[in-house]
Amino acid sequence: MAFKLKQKSVLPGFNLSFGITIFYASLIVLIPLAAVFLRASGLSFSEFVAAAFSERVLASYKVTFLTAFAGAATNAFFGLILAWVLTRYRFPGHRVADALVDLPFALPTAVAGISLTAIYSKNGWVGEWLDKAFGLQVAYSELGIYVALTFIGLPFVVRTLQPVIEELEPEMEEAATTLGASRWQTLYKVVFPQLLPALLTGFSLAFSRALGEYGSVVFISGNMPMRTEITPLLIITKLHQYQYKEATAVAAVMLVASFILLLIINLLQRWAERRTK
Amino acid sequence: MQFITDTSSKDPPWLRRVLTGVALLFLGAFILLPLASVFTAALEKGVAVYTASFTEADALAALKLTLLVAAITVPANVVFGIAAAWAITKFDFKGKSLLVTLIDLPFAVSPVIAGLSFVLVFGLHGWLTPEMQTELLAPLAKIARSGADAGAVGEWFLDGIANWLEDPKIIFATPGIVLATIFVTFPFVARELIPLMNQQGRDEELAALTLGASGWQVFRRVTLPNIKWGLFYGIILANARAMGEFGAVSVVSGHIRGETNTLPLHVEILYNEYQSTAAFACASLLALLAIVTLVLKSIVEWHFNNVKRAAALNTKQKFQ
Repeated sequence: MAFKLKQKSVLPGFNLSFGITIFYASLIVLIPLAAVFLRASGLSFSEFVAAAFSERVLASYKVTFLTAFAGAATNAFFGLILAWVLTRYRFPGHRVADALVDLPFALPTAVAGISLTAIYSKNGWVGEWLDKAFGLQVAYSELGIYVALTFIGLPFVVRTLQPVIEELEPEMEEAATTLGASRWQTLYKVVFPQLLPALLTGFSLAFSRALGEYGSVVFISGNMPMRTEITPLLIITKLHQYQYKEATAVAAVMLVASFILLLIINLLQRWAERRTK
Repeated sequence: MQFITDTSSKDPPWLRRVLTGVALLFLGAFILLPLASVFTAALEKGVAVYTASFTEADALAALKLTLLVAAITVPANVVFGIAAAWAITKFDFKGKSLLVTLIDLPFAVSPVIAGLSFVLVFGLHGWLTPEMQTELLAPLAKIARSGADAGAVGEWFLDGIANWLEDPKIIFATPGIVLATIFVTFPFVARELIPLMNQQGRDEELAALTLGASGWQVFRRVTLPNIKWGLFYGIILANARAMGEFGAVSVVSGHIRGETNTLPLHVEILYNEYQSTAAFACASLLALLAIVTLVLKSIVEWHFNNVKRAAALNTKQKFQ
């Protein structure tokens, strides 16, 4: 039996559209990403370990993953509140607040980077106050990276949660109240479990974005090796020093981490879909 | 939401106030404050200094390159997005979910790694080194050159193409910036169109075919009007990202002033040279772009909601 790629359809244009899609996707995404893995696999095992797991690189993984996790967790907390407030409540300026949530998507990361640095440096609007009141230095420290990654990840959580909150059936909450639950119990035991898959999806999306973020972080982090040097920056530094092998090895490790996260996100989304059906 | 009228599913007033306060405070501190600081820092030294910062030659060149890159990448992604959405939503084939995942992939990859991957393919030590590129493109260069020499229509244009083909530069030049930007904006249009066209199904297209329309007519007269708002939405998002991309472009650009600097890269250079006011002035242009993007986005969403509400009203009336 001959291999049949597609089922019969009377609609025209399959070959053309499928051809364009595969050609374009291969040229732009598949071949370049394959190049990273093939180049990395050209290294011997000890070369690879020396490049991708040296002390400085390990330190960069640590600060990247920790700050990305902290940023995503902050977004999960405040994003949940924001999504709830924006979908359930109406107040003056509601429309503007809702539109502003997308600013981190629309604002170029370099602009976000320099403006956050300006605000959180020692003579900035917020930085001055934090320094005097708590002796906290945000810009040029791990805290600065955390602030930038929180900024970048906010829309992911809010925009994943909003449609789910909108689709919640009011009957469920009414039933809980009728059965004698307090409003707090209803929120905690009836509403929250329904939002959990979407919340985790939003968290993972924000985390995944934060892992690869570069533009907003380089300005605020101070870029000190071993302390505030994030992995994407380390890749660029190695490229500028013509250490292509080392850069590729580190990139391959980060790509694997991204793919694992993408898989987790897909599973979470499937879980969320099953919940709503 | 209007349909929640029963008080049992409403939060008590104190909880409302606390949650709204927390939400707005967070939004103000993390979103509004950075945005406001861009404009105050840009206008710190007066309007004259402000306008001078982005009418200066290097800034204008950067702006021009940014516009050029967006003018190439956005249409390219529109063609791809429509083709991908058509193939995925109008036909059933093996490996469809794999293809959908592939389209999402660029969102999961760090922009820096995207840039690096193009260096690995087209760079000095890449798979397709500049010498190989010259060799591969030589026949095309010959055709373009002979066309330019013969004085065909658009001679300057053919001449420019011939010049590039004879000495092709991808990495550290505009084509590399375009490729990297296409990578990071790759999913936007397709991701908007796929769910939309999935939801609309195939019935209308099939009906048009039965009535004797050609394939192209079906697309132009039936599909396109149905997806135009979703398409517009995808274009807005792709355009904002294309003009603002930093990480991926930074790797492949080479940072040659007045030549391969996009506006975001120009902001970085000015900032690192402690020309803070000029950096924020150029940044404010990009911030304006972001604001325009948000406004257009809200308009499209408002339109979508109206369509949804109208549809809901229609079904309601049918059942009454």
